[in-house]
Amino acid sequence: MKLLELRHLSTHYVSARGARVTRAVDDVSLTVGEGETLGIVGESGSGKTTLALSLLRLLPPAARIVSGEIWFEGEDLLTKSHREMRRVRGKRIAMILQDPLASLNPLFTVGDQVAEPLRVHEGASRGSAWARARELLRAVRIAAPETRVREYPHQLSGGMRQRIVGAIAISCGPRLLIADEPTTSLDLTIQAQYLQLLRDLQRDRGLSMIFITHNLGIVARMCDHVAVMYAGRLVEAGPVARIFSSAAHPYTQALLESIPRMADGRKRLTAIDGQPPDPVALPPGCAFHPRCPKVLDRCRKEAPPEVRVAASHTSRCWLAS
Amino acid sequence: MNGSGPAAGSSRAAALTLAWRFASFRSEGFPVLPVLILSVLVLVAVFANVLAPHDPEVGALGDRFRPPAWQEGGTRDHLLGTDHLGRDVLSRLVFGARVSLVVGFMAVIFAGILGTALGILSGYLGGWVDQVIMRVTDAWLALPALTFAIFLAAIVGPSAMNIVIILAAVYWTRYARVIRGEVLSLKERDFVRLAIVAGCSKRTIMRRHILPNVVNSGIVLATLMLGVVIVTEASLSFLGVGVPPPKPAWGLMLADGKKGLMAGYWWLTVLPGTCIMLLVLSANLLGDWLRVKFDPQLRQL
Amino acid sequence: MAGPVVEALHLTKHFPVRGGFLARETAVVRAVDEVSFSIEPGRTLGLVGESGCGKTTTAKLVLLLEQPTAGMIRFEGRDLQTLDRTMLHGYRRSVQAVFQDPFASLNPRMRVDQIIAEPLVTHERLGSGEVAKRVARLLELVGLPDRSADLFPHEFSGGQRQRIAIARSLALSPKLVVLDEPVSALDVSIRAQILNLLRDLQAQLGLSYLFIAHDLAAVAHMSHTIAVMYLGRIVEIGDAATVAATPKHPYTQALFSAALPSHPGEKREEIILAGEVPSPLAPPAGCRFHPRCPHAMERCGREEPTLLREAGRLVACHLYEGVIPARS
Repeated sequence: MKLLELRHLSTHYVSARGARVTRAVDDVSLTVGEGETLGIVGESGSGKTTLALSLLRLLPPAARIVSGEIWFEGEDLLTKSHREMRRVRGKRIAMILQDPLASLNPLFTVGDQVAEPLRVHEGASRGSAWARARELLRAVRIAAPETRVREYPHQLSGGMRQRIVGAIAISCGPRLLIADEPTTSLDLTIQAQYLQLLRDLQRDRGLSMIFITHNLGIVARMCDHVAVMYAGRLVEAGPVARIFSSAAHPYTQALLESIPRMADGRKRLTAIDGQPPDPVALPPGCAFHPRCPKVLDRCRKEAPPEVRVAASHTSRCWLAS
Repeated sequence: MNGSGPAAGSSRAAALTLAWRFASFRSEGFPVLPVLILSVLVLVAVFANVLAPHDPEVGALGDRFRPPAWQEGGTRDHLLGTDHLGRDVLSRLVFGARVSLVVGFMAVIFAGILGTALGILSGYLGGWVDQVIMRVTDAWLALPALTFAIFLAAIVGPSAMNIVIILAAVYWTRYARVIRGEVLSLKERDFVRLAIVAGCSKRTIMRRHILPNVVNSGIVLATLMLGVVIVTEASLSFLGVGVPPPKPAWGLMLADGKKGLMAGYWWLTVLPGTCIMLLVLSANLLGDWLRVKFDPQLRQL
Repeated sequence: MAGPVVEALHLTKHFPVRGGFLARETAVVRAVDEVSFSIEPGRTLGLVGESGCGKTTTAKLVLLLEQPTAGMIRFEGRDLQTLDRTMLHGYRRSVQAVFQDPFASLNPRMRVDQIIAEPLVTHERLGSGEVAKRVARLLELVGLPDRSADLFPHEFSGGQRQRIAIARSLALSPKLVVLDEPVSALDVSIRAQILNLLRDLQAQLGLSYLFIAHDLAAVAHMSHTIAVMYLGRIVEIGDAATVAATPKHPYTQALFSAALPSHPGEKREEIILAGEVPSPLAPPAGCRFHPRCPHAMERCGREEPTLLREAGRLVACHLYEGVIPARS
């Protein structure tokens, strides 16, 4: 069953004088099923974070959702009032950001911050909210939650802080968890712990997840489906196993080939030429064409449409159509 | 999580921006009015000889306390009236702009050079150099600026050049503090580390890698200090230890005019006061804008 | 020259922690403790470990940005401490660096040609024509167009800036380049370009690298030798392929198992370590890894293991000591 469905969503940034329009998210359609994990992969400036913020309608003032629909649990989020959106955010859709230190308020104790959404969304009393906060800390495997609830964020390590952020995210029993580069600031062994924790939480609570990352390894380990973004567009989407074994878009193929693999030793890497495009001045036609090894004449002039390559596998490339 | 949605947030933000622009005479962020006022004052100071209708230091006792032209008893010859010695107020304001700006700019520049140099030495070299410079700075900052300036003025005696030196001597510490802080963070930047790896000497690093990167902060600070320095100069003149009479300094004009305030000779105080206010306000608004433009990290200043 | 370019012998760096009344020394952070390695000409030593393991401090010691508390660095067989001024100058010329953040490592107020030429004009007296020629050659070497010379760093993307940083590091034809996380700040599609460039330059110029990164696959890809550090100590060091394929130290095993797969089908044993890296202010007694080690024995809490030969590499772990006592 579909939990979330985006239909032709476009979000644009308009510069102060309205002179420049940046198509940060351009005509993106995708779905997330119940209990599924979707990975959204892209480089900086590809629009993956703007896409996530569009879902929550937490965009900065310069950004505007110009078209599309966001269906979540049978309702279009774009038709909701701000008051109604507030009841969705944090309660039914939660978010984990990259930097746990910035996500936590340094002036409040861990207990206060974990209990806050419970008190706001469910009107829980202070006592019962704190009791649940201790349970939540136990759920994210923090040792000695009774003493930790009274501590402040600066007294905790990076890994522990990110687990607190996780506890806040799951506190109201959301259906969908959006994680934006949640482990980028963590060390390898701590990252492994955290990914394991997220997987367990997802299984135990039947969560759906969206993982926003630039790291294909995280996608390989965590996700069922993957959507690859380039210059604001979804260039390829499909089941993870299929994309990793038979990617249809040259960008996805090149990305997969350019990553060093442990088993390959010192074999030369296949690099992608050129630089990522400037989101303000995208090349005409397919935005990837200046770097594409398989470029056709047509790619320089016309942007390719989304084509179904196989069951639930789509690609935006002239070669695929 | 924050509750305000995108549209509500943007409309409120837009209203706030508009209000702020209005308050600071801004258009698209650039402080138009402050820059305009400053430019006019600079032009007036430069072309004082041409613009002033009378000699600012010579009056006619027969024309004492003439009100501005639009009031009863005013003449077109003295547009803004005359003072207790019958000197033309407009001419004195015009030449006063020259005194204020020359003293202000020079003091700010001298203080800036001294403070920046010591701030860089202190921040980059660290150790005992830092200790000595910073303890002196602390001691300096503990003294009330105006009292300190009066004390110095009493020692060296009043003259325009002495005022510049006194103001620079009083205010260099503000630069030293801020610049040192900047240097401490610059010192940890990778390009400074790489310059050490490349074999650059300390002198080269300070000159080529540190100085150009603190110049912006120095300029911002100088603009903000301009207001402070001009007010101090006016205060010193007002107290009689600043620019010596009969030179037309705005502070001096205020001091001379205050006796006439009860008698209803408002133009002798309100006009120079307004000039000081406009100059200081413009300098501060320009400084604020530069601060945000050049260096968001300086906002906490 | 047959010997190693740079050798570290029992290199140690302790940072005093001051606090309390009159800023007394209250503790020491053992950032780097008795670390030894050597880097041969034309080879790459990869240094891996998590934050706080001492890999960046090790790099700073090699770059002379920090003075060691104990131990020595040997350059072409000679102890650096015994070198006179001119020879120390020679060391500085021969050891250059590229850092992680290409936005922080280029002075924003200098033009690209000034940036690249800075090491040159600092060490050599050259005419401006000669400098321009050398800069042009360096730009070509790293694959940037000639006209880059007149631009400022902010006019380049991250990957291009890293190329500028590499060009600068090569200006003095160094023997060793310290690469501290040279690609982790770059976009995924750019990383392979830079790694390939570094490999090509190594082959072309016979450079040695000290390569520091947290991306294990990248380290395995770049290195001939890998050293794994934990809390200031090297716990395992040996041939890169051997260490990557069959790690021996329990920490190395956990670290490599924590590395993300390159393919969803990739099956490997997952070792999830409990707990976090302890503070280097108070490292655990005995083996520093023992509180998190899945194979910890009673002995590990008492006795610190030394690096011993095991299956073609050196490992510091009691598991492999058998019955022979640790002293050698």
